[in-house]
Amino acid sequence: MLTPLWTICRRELASYFATPVALVFIVVFLALSAALTFFVGNFFVRGQADLQSFFMWHPWLYLFLIPAMTMRLWAEEHKTGTIEMLLTLPMPLPAIVLGKFLAAWLFTGLALALTFPIWIAVNVLGRPDNGVIIASYFGSFLMAGAFLSIGACLSAVTKNQVIAFVLTACLCFLFTVSGSPVILAFFSGWAPEGLLSLVAGLSFLEHFQAIMRGVVDVRDGFYFLSVITLFLFMNTVIVEWRKA
Amino acid sequence: MTNAIEISGLTKRFGPILAVDHVSFSVTQGEVLGFLGPNGAGKSTSMKMITGFLRPDAGRSQICGHDMDSDPLAAKRKIGYLPEGAPAYGDMTPASYLKFIADARGLTGAKRAQGLEDAIARSHLEHVLYQPIETLSKGFKRRVGLAQAILHNPPVLVLDEPTDGLDPNQKHEVRQMIRDMAAEKCIIISTHILEEVNAICSRALIIAKGKIVADGTPHDLETRSPYHNAVTVVTAPQALEDMVALLKALPDVATLDIEDQPDSHGCVKVTAFPQEDRMIINQISAALQGCELPVREMTVERGRLEDVFRQVTLSDAHNAA
Ligand SMILES: Nc1ncnc2c1ncn2[C@@H]1O[C@H](COP(=O)(O)OP(=O)(O)OP(=O)(O)O)[C@@H](O)[C@H]1O
Ligand SMILES: [Mg+2]
Repeated sequence: MLTPLWTICRRELASYFATPVALVFIVVFLALSAALTFFVGNFFVRGQADLQSFFMWHPWLYLFLIPAMTMRLWAEEHKTGTIEMLLTLPMPLPAIVLGKFLAAWLFTGLALALTFPIWIAVNVLGRPDNGVIIASYFGSFLMAGAFLSIGACLSAVTKNQVIAFVLTACLCFLFTVSGSPVILAFFSGWAPEGLLSLVAGLSFLEHFQAIMRGVVDVRDGFYFLSVITLFLFMNTVIVEWRKA
Repeated sequence: MTNAIEISGLTKRFGPILAVDHVSFSVTQGEVLGFLGPNGAGKSTSMKMITGFLRPDAGRSQICGHDMDSDPLAAKRKIGYLPEGAPAYGDMTPASYLKFIADARGLTGAKRAQGLEDAIARSHLEHVLYQPIETLSKGFKRRVGLAQAILHNPPVLVLDEPTDGLDPNQKHEVRQMIRDMAAEKCIIISTHILEEVNAICSRALIIAKGKIVADGTPHDLETRSPYHNAVTVVTAPQALEDMVALLKALPDVATLDIEDQPDSHGCVKVTAFPQEDRMIINQISAALQGCELPVREMTVERGRLEDVFRQVTLSDAHNAA
């Protein structure tokens, strides 16, 4: 199980770097996150030594960058027919699903790690709480994993990358904002209390902000891991189902 | 010994289309099975089920005793598969792609190195090893697909139109390669080139509309042709009438096919079809000895696979309609 997983993961990673995907993703992620932090997030004006104004943009950056990255994951294999090669190799399907996901996750982790200059900057300028910053990085990474798993799963539904992108962006948006007042107002009044808190509890934003504030709660991490597990499981089921 | 490939009752439906309809056959080591049939007959669909890419609606496929449904990994290990159109990752080079396949198939150490070297040499990929696959010509892409299929020296090869898009030299090369491997492997190839069947297949299977309509050695199938053992006599136009009279009089000649338009050499042709299971060449040559009729050429027809192909696949279409 581990060897095939690693084989798939390596191939996927190599393909990010063989195509402009890696370059475009990393450059856009770094440029946008810096621009948003300094110009829109008022990093300097706030005069506080923390990275709140950096991390607060991550859900929104992921919202359109991650669907763009995952849309090809399975859709392209179906389009070009390579899926036929992939699924007739002697490898267990869960290993293939995990390998693809892991490559995308590691890649996002790399992009995230490359934002380290901003961490250095804030340490030069003041005395931030580095524990909170590490927790935030960790939370951002977990959240990226959740976005990626949704993208991977929906990419398996279609051979059309545009459809995969749009579906992923929509579902990720719903997950991100499900705790916002607008959404909750829509449910309150008619939906039972239990459903309301369930919808509120699904919010990526809520969980991520909790981690960002430095309130490290295992449940927030567990939440993102559950989302990842659920969507990767569905990803496997969908690929298996499309064989029939 | 168990059959290398054992297929029983394989069935696949796509919505209203019954693509494969209860196909059963088995193939043993040493056999090269030619899979023939008109476009859309269900050849590729059958191959996809045999190799475990598609799950059949009914029926089972066993590879070297391993059931594709209950033990897919063991079964897949025994197969080398070239899917239709030879798909491969365009952003990889043949070298990196073949290494990936070797890893995915769990080859390590000397076996891996040997497998890669053999596959590359056999498919003549040395000069394009480091060029992205998407920039390769169609024939080279096909060769990458072939190399990938034989990499792990599998006992079973399933090749969907392996020579499609290859130049005549390469076609010859690939056929030679298949012939070389034939003794120790069990090979299924699908093809639209009937001469290829004569050249390399020890057995031919014709399917039409998802059903097997003919199964036998290429020679067996040829004997089903109305032209099998027919005799064609080429003669001068002025002797045609006498020739026809002479042939008609022979007891074992059933019917005649007359081409009275002179060809480019100014000759005409008469083909005599024998009564069932008779050889008529002796009678005809004996009869011709005793007369003065001019004979330019006389040949015994073997029967062409093409005629049989048309006969079985078209008659099936008529029956279904
Ligand atoms: N994924 C699919 N969805 C719907 N119909 C399909 C699908 N794949 C194949 N078919 C149909 O199944 C039938 C058999 O197709 P198949 O590709 O097996 O034919 P084939 O014998 O390989 O033909 P060819 O010689 O053209 O390659 C066709 O009618 C085809 O349209
Ligand atoms: Mg086909």
